[in-house]
Amino acid sequence: MLEIKNIYKTFNPGTQNEKHALNGVSLTLNDGDFVTVIGGNGAGKSTTLNAIAGVWPVDSGSILIDGIDITKLSEHKRAKYLGRVFQDPMTGTAATMSIVENMAIAARRGKARGLGWGVTREEKEQYMDMLKKIDLGLEDRLTSKVGLLSGGQRQALTLLMATIQKPKLLLLDEHTAALDPKTAKKVLALTEEVISEHNLTAIMITHNMKDAIQYGNRLVMMHEGRIIYDVAGEEKKNLKVSDLLVKFEQASGGEFANDRMMLS
Amino acid sequence: MSLNILTLLNALPGAFAQGLIWGIMAIGVYITYRILDVADLTVDGSLCTGGAVCIMMMLSGHDVWISMLVATVAGMLTGLATGLFHTFLGIPAILAGILTQLSLWSVNLKIMGKANQAINVDKYDLIVSLRFIKNVPVTKNTLLVVAIFIVVIIGILYWCFGTELGSALRAPGCNGNMARAQGINTDFNKVLGLMISNGLVALSGALLAQYQGFADINMGRGAIVIGLAAVIIGEALFKKIFHNFGLKLLSIAIGSILYYLVYQTVIWLGVDTDLLKLLSALVVAVFLGFPHLKSKYFTKPVKRGGDINA
Repeated sequence: MLEIKNIYKTFNPGTQNEKHALNGVSLTLNDGDFVTVIGGNGAGKSTTLNAIAGVWPVDSGSILIDGIDITKLSEHKRAKYLGRVFQDPMTGTAATMSIVENMAIAARRGKARGLGWGVTREEKEQYMDMLKKIDLGLEDRLTSKVGLLSGGQRQALTLLMATIQKPKLLLLDEHTAALDPKTAKKVLALTEEVISEHNLTAIMITHNMKDAIQYGNRLVMMHEGRIIYDVAGEEKKNLKVSDLLVKFEQASGGEFANDRMMLS
Repeated sequence: MSLNILTLLNALPGAFAQGLIWGIMAIGVYITYRILDVADLTVDGSLCTGGAVCIMMMLSGHDVWISMLVATVAGMLTGLATGLFHTFLGIPAILAGILTQLSLWSVNLKIMGKANQAINVDKYDLIVSLRFIKNVPVTKNTLLVVAIFIVVIIGILYWCFGTELGSALRAPGCNGNMARAQGINTDFNKVLGLMISNGLVALSGALLAQYQGFADINMGRGAIVIGLAAVIIGEALFKKIFHNFGLKLLSIAIGSILYYLVYQTVIWLGVDTDLLKLLSALVVAVFLGFPHLKSKYFTKPVKRGGDINA
């Protein structure tokens, strides 16, 4: 389904700030895989997701989705295949537009946008039902500006928007990191629900090792722009946080002690 | 010096008409400034382009409606130029607008052949003129004609921005990341928005040139400030009442009218007209700076308390 072949990315090449962010990342996902990605700061997790989303071109390597080479496609063109939820709740929605307008825009992802009405009446009812299901009280606020919502509500809405048009791949970039623990839990539960309901293929970055173990069927650990550990199935289910810490220690030579992963 | 109120009353209908004509321009500025989140300085040039194209077309014997249509298209091309400078060449929007504006100085001179081209209201079939304010049949009255223009334009824009394409036009100015993640070509939409905006500005220029009876190379100087002033006045007065997009556009047009009524009153009060541009700029600066000052010095501490739905 997703095939990442040996991608490299260097930021600010030839300058003092040169950063080899991705050093030959390869990853193949099967249909229905739900992969959690962990790793320290600067390990290349978000960079990998941004490479898939096409925020900037990669230096070399290729990215295929369902056999279609998207390596050279611009960000908005490959959006057709991808649903995305970002770390910052402000990023995924348009604050000055209403909930229903945001959803309507998302519902047209990958489709030609013509001169038909931007939001139809049938759509409104459909969205109201969807919002009712996530039970955050948003169904009564269809015409409220998204800027008035809380971070958790915005992330939940972004998640709905990412999956309104079933994406081939769902990219979750630490989408609960900016939320308080209780809200984070709620959004995570919703995430799992949405993924299993639509049988989505998904990649979720997290700093929380417990979450990384609990959710998904596969776990990938990154370090210095490489994938250093990739585990699935039963083996993944039986992982413990301590196992991951040992892996980390091996990979980074003990430096993990300062990492914020320790805190979670 | 004594102030004669009759002089003012006599001047107000003219100011009202000018306000209406500039209102179309201000709606153009609203599209870039508020919807695209770009301060587009192209308008100082494209206003004159609209006037120049319209007058020259009419002088060479074309129908007034055709002339205004071509003027509008010419304005859209100036927006296209700025849009390409900005998206294709990656030049910051404000600078892209300045570059187009400067090049339009030459273009406008070439269109007109000289710095000023007059048109005689008696010989040509103008649809607006400062002569059509008083003592004309109501249907020919400039105030009514331009008011109809504004209503039709607001109607078209209301429809435009309510479509799928229109929603996609509004999203990038608000949040480019969101727009791209939802498959919206933000570059294309910025260019399209700049074209619509400058088309309106040029149409306003075409009407203005007819109204004053000439097109002049300087007619757009400081236009952006007048446009912003109208946007700010309109929003300040009607933000709380008007939430509908069409009404918001209407409030901008009203802002423009008020600007010209105040302007006329200031002239009547005997203020040195050389100072008027300085005054306009300062007033706009104060209003633009107001939100910043307010948040810096007058913010009340936020009450900490959980949102139930957080």
